[in-house]
Amino acid sequence: MDEIEFSSTGSGWGPRSEVLAVGWGNSCETVRWLLPRGLLNSCPAGVASCPASSCPFPSPRSPRLTLLESVLLLGPRPTTGGMEFSELIRTGRAQAKLLRGPEAPPLRGTLCVTGHHLLLSPGPQGTSDLWLLLLRSVDSIEKRVSGDSGTITLRCKDLRVLQLDIEGVEATLDIARSIEGLRLGDAWHFHPPERYYKRVARETNAWRLSEVNEDFSLCLSYPRAVIVPRAVDDDALARCARFRQGGRFPVLSYHHAPSGTVLLRSSQPLTGPQKRRCAEDEELLRAVLAGARPGAPGFILDTRSAQAAKQARVTGGGTEAKAAYPGWKRLHRPLERGRPLQESFVRLVEACGDLEQSMDGWLSQLEACHWLAHVKEALSTACLAARGVEREEACVLVHGAEGTDSTLLVTSLAQLILDPLSRTMTGFQELVEREWIQAGHPFQLRCAHSAFSHACPKHEAPTFLLFLDCVWQLGRQFPLSLEFGEGLLLALFEHAYASPFGTFLCSSEKERCLCEVRTRTHSLWSGLNQPKVRRKLRNPLYVPNPLAIWPSVEPQSLRLWQGLFLRWIRPPEPSQVAWEKVWQRLASKEKTEGCEPTSKPQL
Amino acid sequence: MADEHPTRSQGKASLLTVKWQVDDAECKWQPFSCPTLKSYLSWDALEGSPSMGGAAARTPQQSSKRPHPTQGPHCVLGNRSATVLRWLPLLKKSQRLSATPARTGRGGLTQGRWPEHRGARALGPRWRPGPARRTRAGAAAPGGGAKPCGPPAPGREAPSPRPSRRSADARRCVRPRCPGPCRRGPTMEHIRTPKVENVRLVDRISSKKAALGTLYLTATHVIFVENAPDTRKETWILHSQISTIEKQATTATGCSLLIRCKNFQVLQLIIPQERDCHDVYISLIRLARPVKYEELYCFSFNPKLDKEEREQGWMLIDLGEEYKRMGLPSNDWQLSDVNRDYRVCDSYPTELYVPKSATAHIIVGSSKFRSRRRFPALSYYYKDNHASICRSSQPLSGFSARCLEDEQMLQAIRKANPGSDFIYVVDTRPKLNAMANRAAGKGYENEDNYSNIKFQFIGIENIHVMRSSLQKMLEVCELKSPSMSDFLWGLENSGWLRHIKAIMDAGIFIAKAVSEEGASVLVHCSDGWDRTAQVCSVASLLLDPHYRTLKGFMVLIEKDWISFGHKFNHRYGNLDGDPKEISPVIDQFIECVWQLMEQFPCAFEFNERFLIHIQHHIYSCQFGNFLCNSQKERQELKIQERTYSLWAHLWKNRADYMNPLFRADQSQTRGTLRLPTTPCNFMYKFWNGMYNRFEKGLQPRQSITDYLMAVKEETQQLEEELEALEERLEKIQKVQLNHNKVKSKQTEPSKHSGFSTSDNSTANTPQDYSGNMKSFPSRSPSQGDEDSALILTQDNLKSSDPDLSANSDQESGVEDLSCRSPSGGECAPSEDSGKDRDSDEAVFLTA
Repeated sequence: MDEIEFSSTGSGWGPRSEVLAVGWGNSCETVRWLLPRGLLNSCPAGVASCPASSCPFPSPRSPRLTLLESVLLLGPRPTTGGMEFSELIRTGRAQAKLLRGPEAPPLRGTLCVTGHHLLLSPGPQGTSDLWLLLLRSVDSIEKRVSGDSGTITLRCKDLRVLQLDIEGVEATLDIARSIEGLRLGDAWHFHPPERYYKRVARETNAWRLSEVNEDFSLCLSYPRAVIVPRAVDDDALARCARFRQGGRFPVLSYHHAPSGTVLLRSSQPLTGPQKRRCAEDEELLRAVLAGARPGAPGFILDTRSAQAAKQARVTGGGTEAKAAYPGWKRLHRPLERGRPLQESFVRLVEACGDLEQSMDGWLSQLEACHWLAHVKEALSTACLAARGVEREEACVLVHGAEGTDSTLLVTSLAQLILDPLSRTMTGFQELVEREWIQAGHPFQLRCAHSAFSHACPKHEAPTFLLFLDCVWQLGRQFPLSLEFGEGLLLALFEHAYASPFGTFLCSSEKERCLCEVRTRTHSLWSGLNQPKVRRKLRNPLYVPNPLAIWPSVEPQSLRLWQGLFLRWIRPPEPSQVAWEKVWQRLASKEKTEGCEPTSKPQL
Repeated sequence: MADEHPTRSQGKASLLTVKWQVDDAECKWQPFSCPTLKSYLSWDALEGSPSMGGAAARTPQQSSKRPHPTQGPHCVLGNRSATVLRWLPLLKKSQRLSATPARTGRGGLTQGRWPEHRGARALGPRWRPGPARRTRAGAAAPGGGAKPCGPPAPGREAPSPRPSRRSADARRCVRPRCPGPCRRGPTMEHIRTPKVENVRLVDRISSKKAALGTLYLTATHVIFVENAPDTRKETWILHSQISTIEKQATTATGCSLLIRCKNFQVLQLIIPQERDCHDVYISLIRLARPVKYEELYCFSFNPKLDKEEREQGWMLIDLGEEYKRMGLPSNDWQLSDVNRDYRVCDSYPTELYVPKSATAHIIVGSSKFRSRRRFPALSYYYKDNHASICRSSQPLSGFSARCLEDEQMLQAIRKANPGSDFIYVVDTRPKLNAMANRAAGKGYENEDNYSNIKFQFIGIENIHVMRSSLQKMLEVCELKSPSMSDFLWGLENSGWLRHIKAIMDAGIFIAKAVSEEGASVLVHCSDGWDRTAQVCSVASLLLDPHYRTLKGFMVLIEKDWISFGHKFNHRYGNLDGDPKEISPVIDQFIECVWQLMEQFPCAFEFNERFLIHIQHHIYSCQFGNFLCNSQKERQELKIQERTYSLWAHLWKNRADYMNPLFRADQSQTRGTLRLPTTPCNFMYKFWNGMYNRFEKGLQPRQSITDYLMAVKEETQQLEEELEALEERLEKIQKVQLNHNKVKSKQTEPSKHSGFSTSDNSTANTPQDYSGNMKSFPSRSPSQGDEDSALILTQDNLKSSDPDLSANSDQESGVEDLSCRSPSGGECAPSEDSGKDRDSDEAVFLTA
């Protein structure tokens, strides 16, 4: 019996209610219990590689569809994270008849679509077991409608042909579309901006998804679709793009539903020495304020110093003039980028490798490399942006010069602080995909060399690493609030610099399209979301925290990320042992929670 | 004080009876019967004193909540006992007269409740303790440290939020208590002003926020109570914790007073009137520097234990047992009575282990050649290879002096370890310091004079360097929003971590010598009571897993620090003395332990809180353990008869100090802790949790330890519940069997015939049961029938639907997962037993 597992991504379940495992034969023999965590007996760590050697998961039992149904159909709930499948699933269930071929008798029952599987419950009177099909094995799908019923023909990769007769035209079409969407089974489709837009659209009507950049003509580094104020049309956006460096006009980065305000990002305006203005750009920002809570103030957070912003005018850049943007206040929070950041990284790694120095030498090197100072600055700027959105209930536009480095650092960290969803495993992956990869952080340039390279750095800068370090600091201060552990951050760091997956390839969406990255490589996310891997990357202590997490940015509270910088220098053994113990503790708890008296009542 | 006015107090007391009536939401003062004018008068008299404040400001509504006088000194009503005002020490004598009646319930007081009720009462009826208001600045609570740890406020026992078992019992730390009227210390006369109003407590992190409140000076504590009606936050500072008081320049807002505490709390108070400020300043200067032991808090501290319990507390840590555990006496080591009645060395304990071959003559001879007569004695015996760690003071060698007996003594130590033909002699001082000592007729062992020794210097700086290093580091901690560079530069400049590393390195060196080379080590510094204690205890900690347990750690401190005459009084300034004697010696040791804990999260049975509380109590003088400079002095003072032991207190609350990650089974944590061989600077980190422990904003907001402890506790609870239920189930089964038999054996139960055929009513039975219990379908393999399990499951699913879960949670006593987050407050078992009984009955009835 080979084993196929559901993970929480698999079915739109929240992290606390994970469907754990399904074991099955080729078509329809045995199904293991599909048990949501906390509801039923289950192994907390899953089945395959539960670190606690005494996995309490019971031996396989005969399947019961009633159970499966109730488990599966409880969802999709409005859980944190893991929404992607639920959006693809148009309808959860329908009455259907399955024809498996000329010889086999037809099966009647309820058809269920889950993240990875198609299930057919034979109904209460039926004696036969559950029928199960992995959606990814579907090669082609064909639908026909006649009268008030429909037929779906599934041709599978193992050359099987299956026919489903479904009651109801609507149901037929919905099921067909759901299967169509899901069978691809490729994580490349999991994180488009469209997905985020769906969430925004649920919260507010003031924004729309614009495909003005469909052919990457406006902006080379933006994805095809961007979220912009509804009041601004595509023509205005085009003119607006001409006024911003690299065409990066202000787009929505995060909509903060509780206050109705937004976080935007862009690049610097091309005011130049003549202090040019752009009516459409001004109009866009005005529309942003109008779309938010009435009277909401706006802040423009420039990640350069005031002086640097002024100097940028010489080269055609600059910053927004106060007079031109009523309602917007400008703040400057200089963040290091580019070469100094890379040098800081190199020096820190050097210091970490020097084992012979004295204590004082170590501390002075730590100080001299400024890495922790960069962490502190990045976190405090992100906190400032987040504060603006949450406490001041203001709209915040973040930009530096190009808007592809420190800008993304600030917006993504601010979201992590504010948004509980982005602190889940899926949410965080989505955040990285949306705010770094799709937003056009030039990974190809920035991560070409790491700290040991002798090549003179040109475009290299560990901005993404700085982001990961800041996330680690957040995780250290709020050890229960992030669903992912240090492992995911380390994995992202590794893959950003060298990866067998295509996710971090290229520097922009356009390049990725040209290189056909999506069709020719695998997505890192599908790699990381394999149940076994995912379990390792999980933070076992995670408890959903609906509040904003405000970190302390005092130097006393920030630490060197030993897990990364000293990863190969000091033995990781003690911390591994500690995590084992954590798993063990939690496992024993789950075990007890799910326990039942050993002696059953004899009635 | 009560003794001063016995009759008067009796008379008034009969007028006063208090009833706590607790409803679920809030505690209220309830008149026992209709209030009379007389009762108001008596209360007004009570509250007329300045400390009661605002008697005139009361509204009629508030007045009606005042207690009514009846007969009986302490009438207990409902489940809350009435407590009577014990706020007296802070009142001036003249005011005490009017306030005396309140004290009469003394005999019937529940001491444990004192602070809460006292607070409530002292501030008059306006003060109504509710569950949410009981936030305390951790400073206050010795033993409580950061957490609200006092006896439960009346409101805290209200069902919601449900306090966990641990928080209700184990977290009940000893709170500061009033010294009690009979023990009114001599400190009273030093209080120039007992109370100052409109004082501002400045928040150190954000200077904008300043809490307005009232400052009280009592015989033992400085107390600041915030005016904010919704919090009423209290900050308590023990006088003995005060390190320095600084009066700063007067500004427009008032006169500023900066109080630095030995537990690293810093308070800045702004007092509106210069005169008040000066009074407070002068009072505190005196109060913070007691001149006699009797003035210390431990002599008035009374946790309401009887004599026997007190004695048991002192017996908890038994060094005799400890030496036995080490494997002593052995073939080579014996207990020596040479120091009986402290005849040879007055700073050593009376019971010491020495090599068997060392005769009394050798010991006495050696002691004469050692500074302060601290001759070499055993500190730790490593029974695996018979190597040992011995300690002494420096030899009085000068430039050329020799002592045959001392040489024989070292020889004896070497011979006591057959596995090695040499011993290490470790001088923990820098070489320069040791050489300088030679000019004063002291110094270090000359390798030429002693056969088969390997002499080694390990440069740990002296107490003065350490004192100023800590000073510098604390200055860095006090910086207002420093930049990263400021902080790291300051940390480097203070040299603190360098010193910590030096101590650790010494400990590692010795541990390696003992465990890997199998050689005995003699450790000394100058007098052998500071650096020697640090180094010996670090080495023991590395060598022996026993010292990494809760009790073992207490033993270690008792052995290497208390019994071997570490000068607690001088080093930690318990009594007013030479400021140059003060030095954070044991603080450094405690930090070394923390650094090790960070390195080896699973190796220690105790957690960070344990270390912090020990550090707190070394300075608090609330317990007698750390008083005086030597065992002899403690004996003379009869410490054990007059004070209580900290170890008993910590042991009682050990659930609070457990490290949930502790793995006794793990190979890595079992024997000697294996530290990396290369010197690691980065393993030493700034201990935020200690030096900035009162800046809550700087601490991690969620604690893994607390979370895991809660999980562990929950697991335990569930297991117990399970057990109880299984028992009950068995009983039910028996009853049912009988019942069925009476019904002429209608359906014989069988394992396999199953529910699919049986009728619904019986099938429902386990449903109700497990629905109530929120326990989930059976996985017992013997239960072959699927249908039953299935039906069960479905119903469980329904009942555990999120919308319903709250409901079922309350019933089952299984807490919601989300409450477990430490930030979400304390979690709790509910009133499970009662409910369960109900459900039990229900099961029975339906059956």
